[in-house]
Amino acid sequence: MSVSAAAPAPPPAQPGAVTGAGPGPAIDLHDLRRLFTGRGAATKALDGVSLQVAPGEIFGIVGRSGAGKSTLIRCVNLLERPDSGAVRVLGEDLLGLDGTALRERRRRIGMVFQHFNLLSSRTVADNVAFPLEVAGVPRAERAQRVAEALALVGLADKAGAYPAQLSGGQKQRVGIARALAPRPRILLCDEATSALDPETTQEILALIKRLRDQLDLTVLLITHEMAVVKEICDRVAVMERGQVIEEGRVFDVFTRPRHPTTRRFIADTIGHFIPPGTVARLPAPREGEERRLLQVLFAGPNSTRAVISEASRRFALDLDIISGRIDEIAGEPFGLMALAAYGSPEQIDAATAWFTELGLTVTPVDAPTLQTKAEAA
Amino acid sequence: MIPWLTPMLEQLFVEAAIETLTMVGGAAAIAIVFGLPLALLLHATDRGGLAQNGLVNRPLGLLINAVRSTPFIILMVAIVPFTRLVAGTSIGTGAAIVPLALASTAFIARLFETAFREVDRGVVEAARAMGATRLQILWKVLVPEAMPGLIAAVTVTLVSLVGYSAMAGAVGGGGLGDLGIRFGYQRFMPEVMASVVIVLILFVQGLQSLGDWLVRRVRRR
Repeated sequence: MSVSAAAPAPPPAQPGAVTGAGPGPAIDLHDLRRLFTGRGAATKALDGVSLQVAPGEIFGIVGRSGAGKSTLIRCVNLLERPDSGAVRVLGEDLLGLDGTALRERRRRIGMVFQHFNLLSSRTVADNVAFPLEVAGVPRAERAQRVAEALALVGLADKAGAYPAQLSGGQKQRVGIARALAPRPRILLCDEATSALDPETTQEILALIKRLRDQLDLTVLLITHEMAVVKEICDRVAVMERGQVIEEGRVFDVFTRPRHPTTRRFIADTIGHFIPPGTVARLPAPREGEERRLLQVLFAGPNSTRAVISEASRRFALDLDIISGRIDEIAGEPFGLMALAAYGSPEQIDAATAWFTELGLTVTPVDAPTLQTKAEAA
Repeated sequence: MIPWLTPMLEQLFVEAAIETLTMVGGAAAIAIVFGLPLALLLHATDRGGLAQNGLVNRPLGLLINAVRSTPFIILMVAIVPFTRLVAGTSIGTGAAIVPLALASTAFIARLFETAFREVDRGVVEAARAMGATRLQILWKVLVPEAMPGLIAAVTVTLVSLVGYSAMAGAVGGGGLGDLGIRFGYQRFMPEVMASVVIVLILFVQGLQSLGDWLVRRVRRR
């Protein structure tokens, strides 16, 4: 922690427009900048990041390690102070607050950590009681709130255990109960499932989602796993080198990624992998024809239309389906298909244009990994 | 039963043992009382600490190192004026506690600081995120989380104090070490010397076992 940080900057007059009607955003970050200078080299951990998280929303920030997401989430409760910018939480500017007021606000922002960060010397119940203790909640009320929080995460029977006696998933449940004990409006999740196995990850994500619905929480989470975003987020921002490079509804970002980095992230979760041998066994194109591998993403109103056979007839193409799958993101179904198209280059272009017109997303892919050309470039 | 153990020698032995216990116990108690806040101050003012402050941290670190690097026998005579100021005299068991306490305060402060450094930074960060004040973090997080390390540090300090206290004979502090030198060495009574050594070995073993047992009890990992 940097105690020697410069005096907090006054909040800007207009911290970014809020889209939609109703109450303002629960979290409103405006043009955050943070420079880390260490060992000679300076890194821009945050390079002008603005984000708004609506009340009741689960907002995901995804990025590789070092992208700045960790610094960003720490700016929301000012564990990390930005060099410049504005941090508004529940409509209040945090940077202008003094120490006492800031600590009081932090108690309304729960935080869950990758490595749980439980006190090993305290029992589960005493860990959950910690935030209430530091806030000066009387003992009797503390006991009741602890029981309540442990019941929420399904660990009422572990109240007397020590963290070392718990599994990873149970520890994270304690971490969540501890974050919720002071009844916060906002929950920050710092790679909350990254230290857990896939099954436990699902459990914890389901728990976070249920708690959001039950307690009307606003959740901001950071992760390096697109699968986490796909599982529970409503909206997502992709970060790279201290900047948000793409942001939007999860379904839109997954089905129509614009930035190559986003595409790479998505390929890990919903991409295709076609063994090189399969591509090698595809028939060679005839004289004067061309073979092109395409990835077609079906989403929206035309996703149920028989577009493949229609395209084949219209453009006199042979369309060979190499692989296909149906998946669901945030409750919305979509289909993904890899095709080998055989025909004259003009006709293939025309078919691609027609697909796009119908609202399908067509990406040319390179054999054998079916990596998109944009990435290979 | 033991031919050389005359009633007078026996009484000297008991007195010396009490003197050793007084010096070791007294110095350790003072060292803990002063060493704990010093270590917390060192840890908090260190780079990346809760109240990073080089102007406090560096001079304090230097002072502690200076005390630790001065050979105890020299420290003892060098601070005689200070000892006289504090204890009213510079001779005797009570007076010997002053240099012993000074040396072991510096010693234990470093050991305590190391124990605090081993507390997971994430736990401290979590406490900050929960709105804990810096004092609450010190007393409710750092001290309890470092407790096994703190107890181990006290054990090590007690054991070294047993060794240091033998030198207290130089300022008339008495104790078992002094008895061993005066009777065993200067009066050619090797059996006294051997007995002193055996008693001290048993004493140190006991301390170590007690310390280890306590560490195991408070460790919840």
